[in-house]
Amino acid sequence: MTSLVVEAVGGPVLVEDLGRPGLARLGVGASGALDRGALALANRLVGNPDGAAGLEVVLGGLRLVPDADVWIAAAGAWGPVLVAGRDAGPYRAVHVRAGEPVELGPARRGLRYALAIRGGIDEPVVLGSRSRDTLAAIGPEPVQAGRVLAVGAEPAASVPLLDDDAAYPPPTGGVTLGLLPGPRADWLTDAALAALHESTWRISAASDRVGARLEGPALARRITGELLSEPTVAGGIQVTGAGVPTILLADRPVTGGYPVVAIVDPGSLDLVAQVRPGQAVRFRHAR
Amino acid sequence: MTAVRLLPSGRAALLVECDSLADVLALHDALAATAPDGLVELVPAARTLLVSVDTDRLPLESAASWVRRVAADATRAATPAGGGTARPAPVGSADVVVIEVDYRGDDLAETAALLEVSAEHLVARHVATAWRVAFIGFAPGFGYLVAAEWPFDVPRLDVARTRVPAGAVGLAGAFSGAYPRESPGGWRLVGRTDAALWDPHAEAPALLVPGRTVRFRAVAT
Repeated sequence: MTSLVVEAVGGPVLVEDLGRPGLARLGVGASGALDRGALALANRLVGNPDGAAGLEVVLGGLRLVPDADVWIAAAGAWGPVLVAGRDAGPYRAVHVRAGEPVELGPARRGLRYALAIRGGIDEPVVLGSRSRDTLAAIGPEPVQAGRVLAVGAEPAASVPLLDDDAAYPPPTGGVTLGLLPGPRADWLTDAALAALHESTWRISAASDRVGARLEGPALARRITGELLSEPTVAGGIQVTGAGVPTILLADRPVTGGYPVVAIVDPGSLDLVAQVRPGQAVRFRHAR
Repeated sequence: MTAVRLLPSGRAALLVECDSLADVLALHDALAATAPDGLVELVPAARTLLVSVDTDRLPLESAASWVRRVAADATRAATPAGGGTARPAPVGSADVVVIEVDYRGDDLAETAALLEVSAEHLVARHVATAWRVAFIGFAPGFGYLVAAEWPFDVPRLDVARTRVPAGAVGLAGAFSGAYPRESPGGWRLVGRTDAALWDPHAEAPALLVPGRTVRFRAVAT
């Protein structure tokens, strides 16, 4: 069986697929790749099913060596994909010979690479998924240098022949996200709800797979009491007592006690995974 | 059961707000009994219930009408004598979980004193009560258990423990529960169990699933 030897990591490297939805009633969140579209695209580029497990690599610095010939593709963040020192580029299938090192260089755009390997990463399945849930500590352990990752069996589909037009690199300037109404919009003052939609926000460096904290004006709450914990959905924007909004992401707790005042449209949510700390974020009403 | 409120929760879910936990439980059971194709799951909480759907098979509007209809039927069926609240399954039925507890918890004596009963009485009531898993919170497999006949309201610890061992059985507010794995926690610990509360590698990972009836049994070890 083919395997990958991880020689170095830069930022966090996690095994992720499309998660384990439908288990919230047991207290288990969906988890899965933060940029789901990027993982699905990287998988398609090497002929995998959309939900095959790949690696989610923050900012680059990952270096691994396969012990047999493999096909790989990186999507999501945009940066150098070095194979034996030559830049093969992201957003395309790349053939790697046995023993050739693969290195993801520093991302020039976006934040998280989705790295697919033809055959998928074959770590043990937990509750129907190979995703690492960082909050619940379920799924494959975070990947460190020295780790050997097994590659799954060849998929039925061949590596598709494509022009280089599958590339949708993340934007470098301001990002606009669609917003849907949230269950507790009435917990904010009218002025605060307007400020949520009209302000320019920045993603805090304290953001992670649990949530992306937004820096900007404090959002005043009309109802200051406590909310009994209620079930959360991906993209829910919760507002703390101090008025700080956070976008709940894949590894969020399944219930939360802060009011959710709006919800990032699922069509915009992948983009949140690629926004760098300090990059500007604005909201618009989603259709 | 009184009227429910439907709150928006994205493109594939509705958050249903009820007036009480008893209403949530009743609505959960009524919805579970009539689940349409396309329902992904029902996630109950203390006053709310998330109805999560696959919108290709069950549009959100159809899910909303289903919830409204079931809630209205449940309200009509409720009797003035307190009917309409969920009743635990009878002991001996398939959906009753029995959890063996060694009632020598670190907080047992102090908690009994706070409640102005003897430790023996507190344990006897805990054992005699037919509990129901209301919802899961805090950690995977951490069931919040309630019972109409449980008379106590137990204040949480002033200072939460940084480390509560797996299997610790505790009380907090109107709830009882058991820690599926080691974690911090502020519940008052009355005992511990060896029951397999949570095993992500098992076919049924959680012993305590919303709706299930739970009985505790005292054992000496």
